[in-house]
Amino acid sequence: MKNQPEPLETLTEIRSLMERSSRFISLSGLSGVFAGIFALMGTAVVAIRYHLSFTMEDYYSRATYSSGVPNGEFFVFLFSVALLVLVASLAVCIFFTTRRARKHNLPIWDRTAQRVVWNMFIPLSAGGVFCLVLLDHGIFTLVAPATLLFYGLALLNTSKYTYPDLRYLALSEISLGLLGCFVVGYGLFFWAIGFGVLHIFYGTRMYQKYER
Amino acid sequence: MNWVNHLNKAFESRIRLGIMSVLLVNDWVEFTELKEMLQVTDGNLASHLTALEKLAYVQVRKQFIGKKPNTSYAVSEIGKEAFNEHLNALEKLIKARE
Repeated sequence: MKNQPEPLETLTEIRSLMERSSRFISLSGLSGVFAGIFALMGTAVVAIRYHLSFTMEDYYSRATYSSGVPNGEFFVFLFSVALLVLVASLAVCIFFTTRRARKHNLPIWDRTAQRVVWNMFIPLSAGGVFCLVLLDHGIFTLVAPATLLFYGLALLNTSKYTYPDLRYLALSEISLGLLGCFVVGYGLFFWAIGFGVLHIFYGTRMYQKYER
Repeated sequence: MNWVNHLNKAFESRIRLGIMSVLLVNDWVEFTELKEMLQVTDGNLASHLTALEKLAYVQVRKQFIGKKPNTSYAVSEIGKEAFNEHLNALEKLIKARE
């Protein structure tokens, strides 16, 4: 029995290997914090440009003229800002995640990373198409809550393959999305909370828990 | 002290323990992925995999992706049972020492 490896050490090693091979653990909480900051900046830019107050229903009246025809210029601006926020957030996410993977000498684009991306991609694409359908039918008020709802579902789906903490963020996004469906007209405000505040809150928590 | 007998000789090597741990939580894993995860050489990994294969603890699937041969491994039912028994024995060993 003397040449047996320490049983406790062996069990710990087994556990870590199981975790490392089945979950993507390089995801950095900092990317959530920065995504949140970008989202807050984006919503602020839109609000300032159109003199909207976050808590008023201006958002909806901006979206359409009094005749009910969609305001094209507003949508183009909104979409451009959203796209910019998305690209910046993704870039920061990739940056912090690869940095963390390098630090721990872990592969960056392995099967766990692919699973994370794939599991995000499917619900998000469905959500994207659904939002286009809403726009096509002229149901502008439900677009913002729908993005939050589908984003939450995508996160919930992905939480199985990375840190389980993502589940809490997912549930918060889903609840917020559903609430937004009932209380319509505050799309920009819900975006600021969902993509801004929640990301910063949970990103900070994950950073403190795993990266300190 | 009969739980000592449950410690499986087949799992005495760290590499074999590693192989089993990875296969237990993943469906089919390619040779190269296993190599990367366990940080071992080709020959070393191959010889341990062959040993586990002979015991019927792992299943092997060989196929061609284009012209490249591609080998994947999965844990078998017997392998799963044997590994679980080994883990239980390890746990008891720890408890007995406390």
